[in-house]
Amino acid sequence: MRGRPNLYTSYEDEQKILPTVTQRVTMGAFLLATVTVPFSVVPGLRFLGTPGWLQILNVMLVFLVAALGLNILIGFAGQVSLGHAFFMAVGAYTAAVLAGSPTQALWGLELPLWFALPIAGLAAAAVGIVVAPTAVRVRGLYLAIVTLGLVFIGAHIFRNWNQVTGVPELGRDWGPLQLALWDIDGPALRFDKDGDWFGVFVSAEGKTFLFMLVVAVGFVVLSKNLARSRLGRSFAAIRDRDIAAEVMGVSEVKAKTQAFAISSFYAGVGGALYATVVGALQPEIWNLFLSVEFVAIILIGGAGTTAGVVLGAIFVQTLPRIVENTTAFLEVQVETQGWFAPIADLIIRTDGADLGIVSTVNNGPGLSVAQANGLLFGLFIVLFLIFEPLGLYGVWLRIRNYWKGWPFTY
Amino acid sequence: MTAVAPQAETEGHLVEFDSVKLSFKGVVAVNQVSFHVDSGELFSIIGPNGAGKTSIFNCLSGLYKPQEGDIRWRGESILKLKPFQIAELGMGRTFQNIELFEHMTVLENLMTGRHIRMKGGVLANLVFAGKTKTEEIENRAKVEDIIDFLEIERWRKFPVGMMPYGMQKRVELGRALAMEPDLLLLDEPVAGMNLEETEDMARFILDIREELGITMILVEHDMALVMDIADRVMVLDFGQKIADGTPAEVQKNPDVIRAYLGEEFASDDLKEVERELEGDAIEAAEGS
Repeated sequence: MRGRPNLYTSYEDEQKILPTVTQRVTMGAFLLATVTVPFSVVPGLRFLGTPGWLQILNVMLVFLVAALGLNILIGFAGQVSLGHAFFMAVGAYTAAVLAGSPTQALWGLELPLWFALPIAGLAAAAVGIVVAPTAVRVRGLYLAIVTLGLVFIGAHIFRNWNQVTGVPELGRDWGPLQLALWDIDGPALRFDKDGDWFGVFVSAEGKTFLFMLVVAVGFVVLSKNLARSRLGRSFAAIRDRDIAAEVMGVSEVKAKTQAFAISSFYAGVGGALYATVVGALQPEIWNLFLSVEFVAIILIGGAGTTAGVVLGAIFVQTLPRIVENTTAFLEVQVETQGWFAPIADLIIRTDGADLGIVSTVNNGPGLSVAQANGLLFGLFIVLFLIFEPLGLYGVWLRIRNYWKGWPFTY
Repeated sequence: MTAVAPQAETEGHLVEFDSVKLSFKGVVAVNQVSFHVDSGELFSIIGPNGAGKTSIFNCLSGLYKPQEGDIRWRGESILKLKPFQIAELGMGRTFQNIELFEHMTVLENLMTGRHIRMKGGVLANLVFAGKTKTEEIENRAKVEDIIDFLEIERWRKFPVGMMPYGMQKRVELGRALAMEPDLLLLDEPVAGMNLEETEDMARFILDIREELGITMILVEHDMALVMDIADRVMVLDFGQKIADGTPAEVQKNPDVIRAYLGEEFASDDLKEVERELEGDAIEAAEGS
């Protein structure tokens, strides 16, 4: 029905993920722009095609996959978990053992990635199912503490099980990012080496990006499907009123177990991909801070909304880079006495003498760039919790509703 | 919606409550109460506050486990079943204090009511193709019937947490109806409602009975409503059953009058009290 985008003539039309033409066109354009990122064609987005930025985007997509999983658990099913890093680690090390190459000290089966990746997800899901019964017994903060315990148990295991995790503080190598059928030496598709695809040169980072994009889009669609189906409604029912849900025929034990399993599956795949993209990870990386980072993505993006998680992942992953670039810019301003030098001088401390907040000198007084980053991160979480509990998605809703109603205010 | 005639249950009662005793650390909430409900009936439980009416509902839907006695559904004990299993048998209910899923829309709430009538598993739901898709559409059509039945079309996409109280009560009734239950437990469906809303609700209850043929147990403080629409009434006081019968019989029962109005009324001026009670009912009906 052209011109009447909100008129649906069948339930099938209405239940679509993107019900209106405008939404489909916008999403199509966005996806097209994203796919062309490694080839640097879209003006204004060309800088994203550099290997440095592509690597950031790759990690962002991996974080998106894992954060979608946590959103299913926290946003949909209302089960607060701080153990997401642990489930990611389970997936990561399952994939490492399955796809990695063996040495004297390390286990590795050199199986192809298309096999290792789903198994990594399933292994994490299995652990999630084992943990789920505790969620039936304890709720809210208590569940958060129980799942926090997982992270510490995991830290101990990963530090000591060196055949799997490698040497402490060094870690191990992970399986290569390729989609061979069985033969690892002659892979059909390698995503970790530069090369030509259909006559067009694509860098290793670019190939990885395209692979990650396909995986991430797939998981976004699964998450949207979950939200509009029987399963997603049973999660939300348990979240809102567990007793009423049970009386309506939703089994609390079953719903929570399913939520933990699906969430952990996402985490497992995310963990495996994270390790593969980054290349080598220390066993210490799967700590509380990683879990908190995912909670932050959900809170900043908007809990319970898939679009919000996408925004949150973009925000949390770009923030450090923005802080870094801004500091570098201000430093240049101070040194060259540019336009912003007076303000820059207040913020930046280039030597021990001046009074800036952020120090660019190594081990100098004041905050380091990383510390400033951490502070901003915390500040944003607090600000969002106070002023916009719906997160970036809520901000988007306000903007959209403003333009929808313009020139009227409602 | 097709009209279903109340089916005649020949081989016993739909629900049987057999000398059930429920106590919480010495406080006896339900004491040796027995009653039964047959298919097609509108059975009502009344009693002063704290008499144990909601406790009986919670026993029926499996939230409380009584220490003594038995609860039978079509002749089989449901004491050991979990609440969701009892729901699957065909028992729907509403709550005294609204227990809707407040972050979900009216549609989603009603669709959650369809949970037991849908089959989609984890993988099918995640992929959302084929069977899941048709199942969603079929059940959506059923839910639309209920939305139409309860006249809540304009609230369809509203988050229920933001709806007015009377409408929320109606949505809760809809959610229970979406389960297509054989027995519907209504816990004070008109509590806190004005006359117009009460009359609407009474109309829906009668329609549910006549058009959908659903058996109901009604707990309510609004005497005018109960006496008007119930087939049989059971009166509770301090967890004990004190009377059982048609509305007319119950109104004349001296024990009932004693429970509601106090000792002195019951013994002496029975006739006068009766008149008073009827007067109350008329007054309530007139909405003063």
